[in-house]
Amino acid sequence: MEFVRNLPFICIVSALSTGVISSVLKPRVAKLLSFLLISGSCIASVLVLAYTMQTGEAFVYSMGHFPAPWGNEIRAGVMEGVMALFFSVIMLLSLLGGEKYLKVDIEASKQNLYFVLVDLLLSSLLALVYTNDLFTAYVFVEINTIAAGGLIMVRSNGHSMLAATKYMIMSLLGSGLLLIGISLQYDLTGHLLMSNIQQAVGELAAQGEYAMPLTVIIGLISVGIAIKSALFPFHAWLPDAYGYSTASSAAILSSLVSKAYLFLLIKIIYRVIGTEVFWDSKITNVFFVLGVAGMLFGSVSANKETDMRRMIAFSSVAQIGYIYMGLGFGTQLGVTAAVFHIFSHAATKSMLFVACRGLSEVSGNWKEFSELKGSGYRNKIAGAAFTVGALSMVGVPLFAGFISKLFLTSAALETVSLKMAIALIILAISTVLNALYFIRAVISIYTPRNEKYQDSTFRPGITFCAGMVCFIFINFALGLASNPLIKAIEQGLRMFS
Amino acid sequence: MKPRSDYERSLWRRLVRFVDGEMPEAAKLHAGESGRNGTGKKSTGSGAEPLPEQEDKRERHRRLERAHEKEAASMLERYRNWPKEHGVRIFGRLYAVAAVMLCLIIIVTLLVTVSYLPEFGQSDNPNNNEVVERYNAHGLEETGATNAVAGMILDYRAFDTLGESHVLFIAACCVMILLRLDDTKDRKRAEEENDRLYEPKNDKILQLAAKILVPVIILFGIFVILNGHLSPGGGFSGGAIIGAGLILYVNAFGFEKAGRIMNRKNYAVISVVPLLFYAVAKSYSFYTGANHLESGIPKGVPGAILSGGLILPLNICVGIVVACTMYHFYTLFRKGGM
Repeated sequence: MEFVRNLPFICIVSALSTGVISSVLKPRVAKLLSFLLISGSCIASVLVLAYTMQTGEAFVYSMGHFPAPWGNEIRAGVMEGVMALFFSVIMLLSLLGGEKYLKVDIEASKQNLYFVLVDLLLSSLLALVYTNDLFTAYVFVEINTIAAGGLIMVRSNGHSMLAATKYMIMSLLGSGLLLIGISLQYDLTGHLLMSNIQQAVGELAAQGEYAMPLTVIIGLISVGIAIKSALFPFHAWLPDAYGYSTASSAAILSSLVSKAYLFLLIKIIYRVIGTEVFWDSKITNVFFVLGVAGMLFGSVSANKETDMRRMIAFSSVAQIGYIYMGLGFGTQLGVTAAVFHIFSHAATKSMLFVACRGLSEVSGNWKEFSELKGSGYRNKIAGAAFTVGALSMVGVPLFAGFISKLFLTSAALETVSLKMAIALIILAISTVLNALYFIRAVISIYTPRNEKYQDSTFRPGITFCAGMVCFIFINFALGLASNPLIKAIEQGLRMFS
Repeated sequence: MKPRSDYERSLWRRLVRFVDGEMPEAAKLHAGESGRNGTGKKSTGSGAEPLPEQEDKRERHRRLERAHEKEAASMLERYRNWPKEHGVRIFGRLYAVAAVMLCLIIIVTLLVTVSYLPEFGQSDNPNNNEVVERYNAHGLEETGATNAVAGMILDYRAFDTLGESHVLFIAACCVMILLRLDDTKDRKRAEEENDRLYEPKNDKILQLAAKILVPVIILFGIFVILNGHLSPGGGFSGGAIIGAGLILYVNAFGFEKAGRIMNRKNYAVISVVPLLFYAVAKSYSFYTGANHLESGIPKGVPGAILSGGLILPLNICVGIVVACTMYHFYTLFRKGGM
C-alpha cells in the first residue's frame, strides 16, 4: 500500500497529540508547533488530493485490525482532499493574519491554551472531512463544538462570555438533535458505516417501510446541522459570536466551523441518506425557503448595523442562506454551486474579519463606521484586503463571489419555474442589498476626515501583511481560474455516490 | 453665495450620515419634536387662560390646531412607547407560550416516531445483524477481553474512544481558560472571598470518615480500572470513582495536603502523558492494522489479568485522565486552580 494513504490518519492523530502537548508548553513554542502542524496538514492534503485525482477513485483506510462495519474507517476522495486542503490553508492564513492580535486579546498565561483549541479544532475538522462513519462524525462534532466555544470565550470579556454562552446553548441543541437522528437511524438500519446505511436506507425507501421515522430522521439531522451552521431562524448566536471574539477566532469560526457542518450535511445527503431519498423527502424545499429568507434577512440586518464587525457577521447569515438555497434546488448543479460558495465565502469572510481588525487597530480599537473613517489610508494593506473582500462579497467580476453567484444563477435556471423565479428575484435583491452595505463600508474607510488617530509610526506587521496578501491572492485565483476547482468538485461529487 | 438653509435635511446630507453610521434622521427629528412640544404646551397654558373671551377667530383656530398637534404628539408618544410599556410583556408571554408549544410538538413527534420503530428486543430487528453477530461470536478470541463492551470501545472502535477522551481533555482546557486564576494579586483576592474560609476547618467527623473511606474508594477505583477487560467497568467509571475519592480527601484535609501530590506541575505530567501514550499506542495499532502488518501485541489468555492486548494499558490511561479531569474541575470551581 502506498504511504500516501496513511496521511489522513497521521494528520488527525498528530493534530490531537500536538494539542495535548501544547497544553504544557510555553505560548511561543505552542504557536510554532501549531503553525508547523497546519503547514504539514496543507502539504499532506495536497499529496492526498494529487493521489486521488491520479487514481481517479476514493480509497478507504481501516483504523485498526478489523475491517469496516466492525471497526472504524476513514475515506478519502477528491472532495475530501480539496476540503482538507482548503480548511488547512484558510486556518493557516487566519492565524497568520490575526496572530499579533492574540497577544492583545488573550491573557498572557493562557495563550498556549488558544493553540490547544486550534490544534484540536483542526483535528476535528479533518476527521469530519475524512470520516466514513456516522458515529465518528458525531464524536468529532463534540470536539468541534467545545473548541469553537473556547475560541469565542478565550477573549474573556463580558461580551464574548455572553456570546459563548449563547453559542454553546444553540450548538448543543443542534448536537442533541443530530445525536437523536443518528440513534433513530441506527435502530432502523443497524449500521453506523455510511455506505452500509445508504444501502439499507435505499432498501427501506424502495419497499416503503418505516416511511414516517425515516422522514423524522432526515428532519432531525438536517435541523441539527442547520442550527450548528446558523441557517436563518437559528442564527441568533451568530452576530455576537463573530462580532466579539478575537480576529482569528472570528475568521476560523465563520469560514471553517460552520462550513465543516455544511460539508457534513452534504456528505450525509450523498453518502448516508442517498440523494434520491433525500431529494424526495421535500426537506430541500424547507432549505430553499429558509435559505432565501436568510439571504434577505441577513442583508437587511447588516444594513442596519453601525458596527463593522457585526455587519460582516450578519452578512454571514445571508451567505449561509445562499449555500442552503443551492442545496435546496435539489440538483447536482445546485450542490456544485453550494460547494463552490462554501469555498469562496470562506476565503472572503475570513479575510474580511482579519482586515476589519487591522482597520480598527488604527482607529483606537473602535469598530463603528464613524470612527473607522480614513482607516484605509492609515493601514493600507488592511484597506486593500477589505476592499477586495467587499467587492468579492458583492459579486463583482474578477473576484471569487462572482463565480459562485454565476453558478447559483445557472443552477436556478435549471429548476422548476416557481423556484427559479423566486431564486432569481431574491438573488438580485440580495446582491443590491450586499452592494449597499459593503460599498458604504468601503466609502467609509476611504473618507479622509478623521485625523485624531493619525500615527506615522504605525507598521502593520509582517505576519499580518503576509496573511492579507495570500488572502487577496486566493480571492483573485478563485475568481479568475475557478475551472480546476469546479472540475475537482464535480469529480468529488461523482466519487461520493 | 449663501449656503442652503435646509442643507441638514437634504437627501445628500442624509446619505452621508447613513454612510458615516451616525444617528438616523428619524431619531433626531424625534428628539427635536419633543422639545418643541414642551415649550408649545407652556405658551398655550399661560397665554390663553386669563382672557378667554377676547379671543378672535384666528386665535381660537390656532388653539384648536395646537390641541390637535398636542393630541397627535401624545398619540405618537404612546405609539412610540408602546413596545417598551406593553409590547415587551406581550411578546414575552407569546414567546413563552410558543416555546412550550414547540417543545410539546417535538415531544409528541418523537414519541409517535418511537411507536413506529421496530419493537425492542426482537431477534429479527435490523440492528441484530452481522456486526453484532461477529462481536458476540468472535469478540473474545479477536480482542482477548472477557468484557465485550471494553473490547468494542477499546479495540474494535478505538478511534471513537480516542476522540472521546480528547473531548474530556478539551473540556478541561476550556474550563481552565474560563476559571483559572494566574495573576497572584487576583488569586489572593479570590482566596479571601472564597467560601473555604467560612467552612469549619479540621472537621473531626469528616476527617475520620475520610480516613477510612478514601483508601477504600481509591482502591475500588483502581480495581474497576484494572478489571475493565474482565468485568463491567473500565477506565471511564473507575476514573470517576478515583476522582470522587480525591475530592472527598481534599474536602476533609484541605488543599495544602492534597497539593503535595496534586499540584500544577504533577497535574501537567499526569494528564498529558496518558493521552500521549494512548495516541501513540493506538496509532501503532491503526498503522499496522491498515497496512496489514503483524502488531506483535500478545492477546494473552482470556480471563487472566494480563490479557486483552492493549485494552488494559488503555483503560489505565483513560482512568487517569478521567480522575485528573474530575479533580481539576473541582479545584477550578473552588478556587481557580490547584
